[in-house]
Amino acid sequence: MARNDLQGSLDLLVLKTLSQMGELHGYGIVLHIQRASDDLLSVEEGSLYPALHRMEQSGWIRSEWKMTETNRRAKFYRLTTAGQRELDRAVKSFDQLVRGIRAILRYA
Amino acid sequence: MSIVRRIANAFHRSKLDQEIDAELRSHIEMRTADNIAAGMPPDEARREALLRFGNRALVRERVASMDAEVILDAVARDLRYTMRQLRRAPGFTVTAVLTLALGVGANVVVFGVLNAVILRLVDVPQAAGLYNVVQRPHGYENQSYPDYADYRRLNSTFSDMAAYRLYSAGLSTGTSANKSWLYEVSCNYFDMLGAQPQLGRFFHASDERGPNSAPYIVLSDNFWRSRFNANRAIVGTTIEVNKHPFTIIGVAPSSFHGTDLFIWPDFWLPIVNEQQVEGYDFLSKRFNHGMWILGKLKSGVTPQQAEVNLNAVAGRLAKEFPDPDEGMGARLVKPGLMGEMLGDPARAFLSGVMLLALLVLIAACANLASIFAARTADRSRELAIRLAIGSSRWHVLRQVLGEAVAVSIIGGLMGTFLAAILLNALTRWQPFAEFPIHVTVTPDIRVYGVAALLSLASGLLFGLLPMRQLWRTSPIQVMKGGSSMAVFRPFSLRDLLLGIQIALCTLLVTASLVALRGMLRSWHAPLGFQPVGATLADTDLQMAGYSDDASLRVRKRMLEETSRIPGVTAVGLIDEAPLGGGGSSGPVYRPGTTDFRSTNSAFEAKFFSISPGYLEAAGTHLLMGRDFTWHDDAHSPRVALVNEAFAKGMFPTLSAVRLHFLMGDRLPYEIVGVVENGKYDSLTEATQPAIFFPFTQSAPSDTSLIVRSQSPAAEMVPALSRVLARIDPNLPFTIHSWPDALALVLFPARVATVALGVMGGLAAMLAVTGVFGMATYSVSKRIKELGIRMALGAQPVRVMGAALRRPLVLLFFGSVTGLILGIIASQLLAQIVYQATSRDPLVFAGVMTTMIVLGLVAISLPAHRALRIHPAGLLREE
Repeated sequence: MARNDLQGSLDLLVLKTLSQMGELHGYGIVLHIQRASDDLLSVEEGSLYPALHRMEQSGWIRSEWKMTETNRRAKFYRLTTAGQRELDRAVKSFDQLVRGIRAILRYA
Repeated sequence: MSIVRRIANAFHRSKLDQEIDAELRSHIEMRTADNIAAGMPPDEARREALLRFGNRALVRERVASMDAEVILDAVARDLRYTMRQLRRAPGFTVTAVLTLALGVGANVVVFGVLNAVILRLVDVPQAAGLYNVVQRPHGYENQSYPDYADYRRLNSTFSDMAAYRLYSAGLSTGTSANKSWLYEVSCNYFDMLGAQPQLGRFFHASDERGPNSAPYIVLSDNFWRSRFNANRAIVGTTIEVNKHPFTIIGVAPSSFHGTDLFIWPDFWLPIVNEQQVEGYDFLSKRFNHGMWILGKLKSGVTPQQAEVNLNAVAGRLAKEFPDPDEGMGARLVKPGLMGEMLGDPARAFLSGVMLLALLVLIAACANLASIFAARTADRSRELAIRLAIGSSRWHVLRQVLGEAVAVSIIGGLMGTFLAAILLNALTRWQPFAEFPIHVTVTPDIRVYGVAALLSLASGLLFGLLPMRQLWRTSPIQVMKGGSSMAVFRPFSLRDLLLGIQIALCTLLVTASLVALRGMLRSWHAPLGFQPVGATLADTDLQMAGYSDDASLRVRKRMLEETSRIPGVTAVGLIDEAPLGGGGSSGPVYRPGTTDFRSTNSAFEAKFFSISPGYLEAAGTHLLMGRDFTWHDDAHSPRVALVNEAFAKGMFPTLSAVRLHFLMGDRLPYEIVGVVENGKYDSLTEATQPAIFFPFTQSAPSDTSLIVRSQSPAAEMVPALSRVLARIDPNLPFTIHSWPDALALVLFPARVATVALGVMGGLAAMLAVTGVFGMATYSVSKRIKELGIRMALGAQPVRVMGAALRRPLVLLFFGSVTGLILGIIASQLLAQIVYQATSRDPLVFAGVMTTMIVLGLVAISLPAHRALRIHPAGLLREE
């Protein structure tokens, strides 16, 4: 069980978002996570960008400056093959975490 | 992931910051726009967007810091993996680390010495632009005081010039007299070097007002502490130097010891007072070359310009004073090693040893490269599997390279650590208690820098070779081929490496054997005297304040009293014992010469003053004529003994006895006898002409009493010191056996031999490990094949031969190549180590024996293993 901390969950959320939505900028990622989780999860914006930068440096995502629909310049992120692998791994380890916590809650 | 980009990011921090800022700004703008669309007033919309972000500068910092975190993470991961791999193969790791530690350690030690002796500037506050002004011909470094004064007055390229001279004198405080070492210096000396006293004051140019005008003395820190217990009240008091009163005016700082790297004098006093100390006035004698000139260049003047300028001055002086100064010229040399007296041989020797040390390192690298290559080959299956399941080649390579770098760092650290211990021990070691010599070779930042560079360079060198091998690894082939993938090619890079390694090792072994033989021979070379069985007592009557007449009487008494010591067979006196580092030389002229310019002389000859009986005490053979008697004195005709070289040089066809020659004083001397040639300055010198005068006719102040006896030196030394103390308790003297006294002369050869011996030993060890590794590997790779052959009935010996043929062939060719190289290289060695010659059958045989023994040692274990192969057991294993 590797790095099942909050940072790990943020990575998971970002990677999953990018795998579903294709290309997205930071602000779009925040909005998507909020919408998709029915407003249950809100990403702290101050933490998002360090995480994006780290994931980019680790080769999981790639970025490009582009124009938005509203004609603003923004940095768009896209998943790489390595990122897809990392997502699979993170999903698996998150499932384990959830199962583990469930099991404990059941017997507690 | 792009390491390059991350590193680039670290260097382009401002660009990264700008990009982060732009991204955050675009985020906030989008949020603001959405807020406005949701109905917020613009101000509040923006405020809300900013609030969500918190501190923007902090966010930017955190984004940027991710770079470092990612790098550290990756490095830590690689490091952990590397360490795990290395721990899993302890034999390999220990061999590799030790090999490298030895290679690097040897280099750091040699470079440490090289750095201290040749590269480091002299340790004075204003060292830039300092040069020794020496005479043009090599080997004649000293200058005369009048020449110094004229150079200083007439040159236009130096901001100042100072004169100094190393001398020993008796220093008496209260009751006892001790021999101490001092620098006689011109009074501007301290100011020119920019030194400041730690206590009291230094003397200045203004203190100099003619001969014996400045009876001041400045103590060195060490002498102040050891002799005066660091007593601050000592400044202002008076002490006696050779019975003349001098006032202590100051103490030099602890780091200051003048400009000679290894000389640490006890004190300094003005050169204008030299007559009181030496009892001889050289200040006015232009022909007396006994001191050094130190000059400080004006800023912007090159040494070449200064040399041209000084030579113009020398030309003027030569015209003005043709007798002593004809043909005079000047040269600038770096200060620190007593002109080039020490500098030339030290440079040549250290560069040679450095080269050998580098060869050792290269041999070590070759060894490491083949170990690593073997290891990579062994792991080819594991690596192939990792490649097959999707690991990138770059990733695998990085880990293999990581191992090489880890080994080089650990090995390098270990080698440097050992070297630092050795260098510090060398610094504490004081080989010559009687001389103010203190060799400081403590490693500095430059030494550590070179150590790091060497370790990493060698790490990359041997790490890169298996990389090539890895790059070509095809997973499918390896998996198909099973464990016997490493097909034995007819000739591989590994073989070449081992061949080179053995050749280098043989070269080093040859060089060290040549040096050792030379050293052994130099012990038995004819010296022109017999040190064994003789004891030497050095005194300086001047130090005890004797006049010439009185000293003659004291000398006679010394001879009489010591000859009565039981066991003594002969006693004699000489002013400076040959090979004692002193002695004078001067031009001699053929009979009938009228023009006494030095260019008109027959040759230069060494000259000594001896007493009757010296020849017998020293064991110098008289070949013709007679020895001196006590009747050869101030009232009888001037006589001399000369050596064979002198006799042959002056009178090639005649017997020299009864003939005359002239000295620089224009007086004729009659040759009464001819003695055997000898060594006077160094063991390696060419035969020099020499003259011996009776000391009753030319009284020197230095006296070496030579006592030959049948009793061992351990008994003679105390007996002799009792007798001498009885004659005059205030007479400073040092007594030792003559062989001990020669230690200084033999020191360079001894150091050379030890250094070469160590290098040769290291090389031999590397050769053993190299051949051993190769043979072991060769046996283990082919163990299945060998087992099958044995199962089919092959002779064990033939099987063993098949397995070990290759290492043996390499050993043979490597040794032969190395021996040839060694013989060529040894011709260089012959210039340093006396009597070293490479055309020596014993050396030849020695090298061959060494290599055969090393080869047998290295191969015996794997051979044993090959002989004991159990076919059945092997088959069961698979």
